[in-house]
Amino acid sequence: MALHNMDPKRCPMPSQDPNVRNKNFEEVALGYTPEMAINEAKRCLDCKNKPCQSGCPVGIDIPAFIGKVAEEDFEGAYQVLSASSALPAVCGRVCPQETQCEGKCVRGIKGESVGIGRLERFVADWHREHNNTAPTVPEPNGHKVAIIGAGPSGLTAAGDLAKLGYKVTVYEALHLAGGVLVYGIPEFRLPKAIVQQEIDGLKAMGVDIETNMVIGKVLTIDELMEDYGYEAVYIASGAGLPRFMGIPGESLKGVYSANEYLTRVNLMKAYQPGSKTPIQKSHSVAVVGGGNVAMDAARSAKRMGAENVYIVYRRGMDELPARKEEVEHAEEEGIIFKLLTNPVQILGDENGCVKGMECVEMELGEPDESGRRRPVEKANSNFVLDVDTMIMSIGTSPNPLIRSTTPGLETNRHGCIVTNGDDGLTSREGVYAGGDAVTGAATVILAMGAGKHAAKAIDNYIRNK
Amino acid sequence: MFKIVERKELNPTVTKLVIEAPLVAKKAQAGQFIIVRANEDSERIPLTVADYDRENGTVTIIFQVVGESTMELNELNAGECVHDFVGPLGVASHLDGLKKVAVVGGGVGCAIAYPIAKRLHELGCEVHSIVGFRNKDLVILEDEFKACSDKLVIMTDDGSYGEKGVVTAPLEALIQSGEQYDEVIAIGPLIMMKFVSLTTKKYDVKTIVSMNPIMIDGTGMCGGCRLTVGGETKFACVDGPDFDGHLVDFDEAMQRGNMYKEFETHAREEHCNLMKKTVE
Repeated sequence: MALHNMDPKRCPMPSQDPNVRNKNFEEVALGYTPEMAINEAKRCLDCKNKPCQSGCPVGIDIPAFIGKVAEEDFEGAYQVLSASSALPAVCGRVCPQETQCEGKCVRGIKGESVGIGRLERFVADWHREHNNTAPTVPEPNGHKVAIIGAGPSGLTAAGDLAKLGYKVTVYEALHLAGGVLVYGIPEFRLPKAIVQQEIDGLKAMGVDIETNMVIGKVLTIDELMEDYGYEAVYIASGAGLPRFMGIPGESLKGVYSANEYLTRVNLMKAYQPGSKTPIQKSHSVAVVGGGNVAMDAARSAKRMGAENVYIVYRRGMDELPARKEEVEHAEEEGIIFKLLTNPVQILGDENGCVKGMECVEMELGEPDESGRRRPVEKANSNFVLDVDTMIMSIGTSPNPLIRSTTPGLETNRHGCIVTNGDDGLTSREGVYAGGDAVTGAATVILAMGAGKHAAKAIDNYIRNK
Repeated sequence: MFKIVERKELNPTVTKLVIEAPLVAKKAQAGQFIIVRANEDSERIPLTVADYDRENGTVTIIFQVVGESTMELNELNAGECVHDFVGPLGVASHLDGLKKVAVVGGGVGCAIAYPIAKRLHELGCEVHSIVGFRNKDLVILEDEFKACSDKLVIMTDDGSYGEKGVVTAPLEALIQSGEQYDEVIAIGPLIMMKFVSLTTKKYDVKTIVSMNPIMIDGTGMCGGCRLTVGGETKFACVDGPDFDGHLVDFDEAMQRGNMYKEFETHAREEHCNLMKKTVE
């Protein structure tokens, strides 16, 4: 066994200079070189009980893939990754590793944890750049499964089922597959070419992807099962309608949901020069909310040319739900954090355009039922933030299209699909569900984990029918 | 890719396309809409279904050239394809059980009012159609309306065809003359729908309007199509496009509707110098 690298700090990630990158949409992090990757891989202690693996929603054998990297067997490392993850190049970029695998890493106790996400990204990128062999098409088993939604959850389930020989068709409502990976997460955090390549890989394995198909409207789940002969259906239709605060002025011109703003910039490519997609030319932007989507919206707005971009969040820095790395990147790029601040109304000019946002200062009181300290308004602390654009990023409520057209599909009082524990079985036989459609807005990797569990459950169901 | 089987210019700025989309044709109902993208990089445009043919698997759309995307759509010929065609979206109009209805259409909105009038006629409902246009050259679907209406009034702003004036005048006259409508269904420019709703409110006649706000995905994801209806935020794509005209905040909808007007005008003029003379 080679000697471990006992450096308490991990190898830093080369990245674009903040003052350069906040003006372009190219990827922020540039990735490890092979030397950096090998060096970092040698920091792994190859623990026998693999705490990191237990922190991974898709259960990647992390010490095994890192061991291969340390041995310079990058393709071997990729094989370990792809045995568990359908989208390693995506996960290496967008997973909240600090609370998952890296959060459990023993090296993190006395120093920094091993850069597992960075290594995953390196291996997936290396494979993409060096390996052109087509994936092996599995032997068909004669069974058909339909998946609704070509986002991270649906694609993961599709990949796992296709590997088992199922004929899988993924129905996607938009004109492009990828779900939140293409409409939501911006190019500078996840290049679309990488998403496309992962999708092409699934297609090469025999997965059919039908775009422009809004299930619940053009076809119902019952029709898919009765007329099209799918033995099981996995609903991975994602989160739904954006929430607004219900404060005066939300219908003014210049008020966007984060979904709309990001969709215009990403899916509809408003970020490209000469794009035909209309989008407001903003000078000052307030993004309301503190999650990853809020960071994406703020950093996109900055790159779209806004001089001042504010994150307006009603709690403090420690309570921001976004990943720490995203918050740091945003700060480096000049995003201004207006913490303990809450909007009370949006002010408009005579043309109905946003001209400011009246806010109130908050302070943290006693913890609420979620354990977080409840923000309370400070009396007489109102002030106006001078903005011409406001982006609401305070979450979503589930899409009604499938639940309203599928008799017998149980949903909870929020409208989320109810499933039976981990395997994703709904109240309808043969119908499974997972991802944001079940949990409400969550992360890419949790949606992928749900896709994995559902694929396994669907396989069991069909084999035991 | 969805093939255009027929293309017809109904007037200098309004075009009809019949598109091969069997799955959409099988499910489409009056009042629903589709989203179309002319080319790979075009915008997604929501358009209400103007007609459908379940047997031949076609859906008809009728649109007015207002911006670059509709211009791109207008440049496609029969035999060519639109890149994307998604639907049917939105909630279908509730027409069952209506005995007597006034269908009011304005301009290109008549393209959407027509399938409603047609469907009502098929259901055995007495249909009074009132359709308005700016001038004689812009009149569309006259024969079609004639075929399905028990009464047809054509209005033009300048009096060059039919009667001179706006659609609310004959509507109010009919109501005053004692016509008892179960419903008034108004489809056209926001300003027209607003004044129809104000007129019918006076007589307490239930009024349904079809809203067509700015939209991207059309499936309940982006929230761009939000409207205030009875003081609540509603999404035209999943809650509509039909709403109670007495509850819709039209002034707000009009303001939101012109958000990208400058962008559209600029794109249109940049795209084609000829068009800017004939449009508007």
